[in-house]
Amino acid sequence: MVAVNLEHRPRRVLTGNAAAAYAVRLCRPDVVSLYPITPQTEVIEQLEKFYADGSLDCEMVTVEGENSAQNVVCGASMAGSRVFTATSSWGLAFMYDAMLQTAGYRAPVVMVNVNREPPGIQSVCSGQQDMIATRDSGWIQVIAESVQEILDLTIMAYRLAEDYEVQLPVMVNYDGYYLSFLAESIEIPTQTDVDAFLGVLKQQPQRPVLEPGCERGVGAHGLGAGFVELRRKHMAAMERSKQKFDAIDTDFGESCGRHYYGQIETYRTDDADIVLVTSGSAAGTARTVIDAKRQAGIKAGLVKIRMYRPFPKERLALALKGKKAIGVLDRSVAFGWDCGPMHQETSALAAKIGCMPILGFIDGLANMDITKPHIERMVDDIQNAALGNDFREVTWVASGE
Amino acid sequence: MALIDVKIKPGSGPIFTTEGPWSDSSTGTLCLPTGTWRTERPILEEKKCTYCGLCYLYCPPQCIHAEAEFFTIDLKFCKGCGICAKECPTGAIAMVLEGAVADGSG
Repeated sequence: MVAVNLEHRPRRVLTGNAAAAYAVRLCRPDVVSLYPITPQTEVIEQLEKFYADGSLDCEMVTVEGENSAQNVVCGASMAGSRVFTATSSWGLAFMYDAMLQTAGYRAPVVMVNVNREPPGIQSVCSGQQDMIATRDSGWIQVIAESVQEILDLTIMAYRLAEDYEVQLPVMVNYDGYYLSFLAESIEIPTQTDVDAFLGVLKQQPQRPVLEPGCERGVGAHGLGAGFVELRRKHMAAMERSKQKFDAIDTDFGESCGRHYYGQIETYRTDDADIVLVTSGSAAGTARTVIDAKRQAGIKAGLVKIRMYRPFPKERLALALKGKKAIGVLDRSVAFGWDCGPMHQETSALAAKIGCMPILGFIDGLANMDITKPHIERMVDDIQNAALGNDFREVTWVASGE
Repeated sequence: MALIDVKIKPGSGPIFTTEGPWSDSSTGTLCLPTGTWRTERPILEEKKCTYCGLCYLYCPPQCIHAEAEFFTIDLKFCKGCGICAKECPTGAIAMVLEGAVADGSG
């Protein structure tokens, strides 16, 4: 994160969940519908408080579950509303069919997903597996690292989703527990700042919406060639959204005070021999370790993935090209690939970045802390591989491997 | 306004002018002649009809049209589900096998 505009703005100590709710209120949604689930519940609590005290002027739809919540916001979005929903883990799984519908309709829904391990092994704890399980749903997926970034990224999500050249739903992810309940002092953009930042959308052409009395339907078509055409358009929109996200991020810096380098943030990678790639709250710990390793003479760098879908392959390849070795830290697994999903996808860049060891680390599942010693060990392993020594392709760090 | 030029079949233009699956509901699959799927058709006996409107309310794809003093059934669209006949309190609607109707409209 870089502060680019230091004029005074109000500061508050907020949890990650409250920050998401504050961001949503600043974006003035028309329809909000969500169902409580740990660790997201505080988001709905805070929004209901805003609604009750009159500071959030929207239609608040109470539903009996997440599937309905997603259907409500999808329908409202097709009628032209700005909408919001939020969930986590089991809730995300329960709305999966509606998520696919939302993406297929190209409804610019913004949803917060507080990362939590999904159903299967009973757990109420952090992990990115829920988000990973929906990676091919056609949604844009972005990941925040800090409470400030949760607020900023949620505001940016509306600009991205509703851009005429994008028209896609956006899922804002952040680590449950580590960020959802972490309280940090953050700066809140003024309503004027956010109105101006999102006001750009009003200068764009109007997307098609359902209107009473208008003979228009959505979603009923798509047989044969029409289906292929819509898929191609969806894929193309995903590709366009990458550069859009970079531009929106820069613009956010100018109007609201901070920017985050768009799709990925590179930290000390330019002259680095080895690079660690990760995302979310682990990036903060990793940055501290990279600084310490630099002092010890190891030329290490860090890449933080902020946009996971679409995958930032061009910018990632540029940052990793010609390095001696790379490590990828995943907070989830890619079943059937015996590695983490970000490791799997970074490895797919081999043809573009050249031949080098790419090590995978699986850590931080189910609230197992990704500690400084864990990351120090990862950096040492990558450095050893860079020196030409044998290396383990995938390491489950918390298992003591 | 199309954002990319998608041509699936050479020589043909795009099917959709929008990014998403939007369509004019008076054309395409939204008004397919689904009446051809029907095996039984509803026949309304006007003498028994009290114009209560239950058939009109219950018809799932809204193919019963309310005219000034009676109802008509859009047979181009009616799939013959029979809900109108089941709901009619006076038994004014009968479901008749398509083959038994000799007017050739089915």
